[in-house]
Amino acid sequence: MANSLKCDLCSKPATVHLTQIVNNKIHKVDLCEACAQAKGVTDPSGFSLADLLLKASLNPEPTGDAKCESCGFTQQDFKKSGRFGCPSCYQHFGAILEPMLDTMHKGIAHSGKVPQRALARRSLYEKLTQLETDLDQAIKAERYEDAARYRDEIHQVRQATTGRREES
Amino acid sequence: MKSTRSGRPRPAAARNPNLKINELIDSHSELTDTATSKSAVVLMTRIRLARNLASQPFPGWAKEAQKKAIRDQLMQAVAALPQMKRGLALPVETLDDLQKQILVERHLISRELCHSKSGSGVVISKDQSCVVMVNEEDHLRIQVLRAGFQFKKVWATINALDTDLEEHVDYAFSPKLGYLSACPTNLGTGIRASAMMHMPALVISGQMEKVVRAVNQLGMAVRGLFGEGSDASGSIFQISNQTTLGESEESIIKHLHGVLTTIVEQELNAREKLLEADPSKLHDKIGRAYGILQNGHLLNSGEAMNLLSLIRLGIDLGVFGDAQRAVVDRLFIECQPAHVQHAAKGAFEPGQRDILRAERLRSEFAKVPPPDFSPATK
Repeated sequence: MANSLKCDLCSKPATVHLTQIVNNKIHKVDLCEACAQAKGVTDPSGFSLADLLLKASLNPEPTGDAKCESCGFTQQDFKKSGRFGCPSCYQHFGAILEPMLDTMHKGIAHSGKVPQRALARRSLYEKLTQLETDLDQAIKAERYEDAARYRDEIHQVRQATTGRREES
Repeated sequence: MKSTRSGRPRPAAARNPNLKINELIDSHSELTDTATSKSAVVLMTRIRLARNLASQPFPGWAKEAQKKAIRDQLMQAVAALPQMKRGLALPVETLDDLQKQILVERHLISRELCHSKSGSGVVISKDQSCVVMVNEEDHLRIQVLRAGFQFKKVWATINALDTDLEEHVDYAFSPKLGYLSACPTNLGTGIRASAMMHMPALVISGQMEKVVRAVNQLGMAVRGLFGEGSDASGSIFQISNQTTLGESEESIIKHLHGVLTTIVEQELNAREKLLEADPSKLHDKIGRAYGILQNGHLLNSGEAMNLLSLIRLGIDLGVFGDAQRAVVDRLFIECQPAHVQHAAKGAFEPGQRDILRAERLRSEFAKVPPPDFSPATK
């Protein structure tokens, strides 16, 4: 039965079988002798199973033609390098990503630090953009009372952002 | 993207990089001058965070001009942080191969950064405990290291550094996937916490393979002294977490800390067993190491590391004085090839380096008092 297993990296018969248990989840990698040697699995000074899992999960993937609209990175590029092109790639390659993350990590959702200040700044920036659009529309429609209110709000948001920068 | 704050004088921007590197090597640093008797097995604690700019291509995919613009923006933002006051900001292309190798040997930059030809850089704090690599695999690799077993302190420092930096740059972050990294293995927290462990007794007693297997099964990685693919000369190993998504930073660190504490106990047990089983055998190894270090004329870096490792074991066992610990820790770094060449002020072939290294070690060990084996035998 063991003979039927193929190497996750090159499809030759696998003779080295690794099992890792993370959070009661079993991860298995099967390798032929040559790949095991090349990846340092037999080396007591260690190897990275995460990298192996990444490469193994890339290998049997049917060739897709997904492409990142932001940076032009393709699924083929990802298969070659194991790296993405830009942060937006994570949205465009969601389909191949999720099963990969499931084998690679303890979970598929972030738990931990959140960049509070950057997020606050982004939401202020979004608010500002929205207010500027509202202001334009109010002026065009000659709703001057609304326009004055938007202008004051924009002024307040701008002061809030610059003020915080100076104090630090 | 927001512009970074400028106007503050930046450290050492205009000075000659040669001078800067010399300063860095000659000045006291966290790793070479602060070892204490508490750090018997864990030589160094290190945490790194992978961070990227929002809506910018990752370094491996960015065009040359984009990469340079990102580098300039980020190096300026990092160098302006209070933690980096009087530090060094070095674009990679201003460094020659020997200087880059020196930074690798001091665990300040990665081999990957060394190989990057242009558009990358590094900012190093004055005491060399905080380092930020710019445009390595990710836009930012923030790293804090300290001598000894100090995860709490290191996490507090790097967490603050990261929060301060975030004030000035917009990170690529998704509420669901966390910090977005070039490689999905770093996704989420982007954290890699690691400890550099000196485990001579586990190596001598042939138990290291078992430890590596057990650690791997727990989802952690074991590597040699200089990271992936390097050998474990000097019985020094790095153990780190592998998974970054689905668990908080604190919980990742806590888990790793627990595993490392067990390994430290294993190493200490193995030392006791070696002493019980055959004290003469262990004392012989330590005594011979002292003899060769005092009298050898040809030592390659692997042999030097193994001999120094035995001396450090001797210090832990009370055979040599505690004061020698910092000496050995410094020599672990200074007997590496680039440091040997730097000290001799030139480029030398491996054969010549072995002569220079032995010379250096002879002169250091002439000052080390002879071993006293009475405390080790109790």
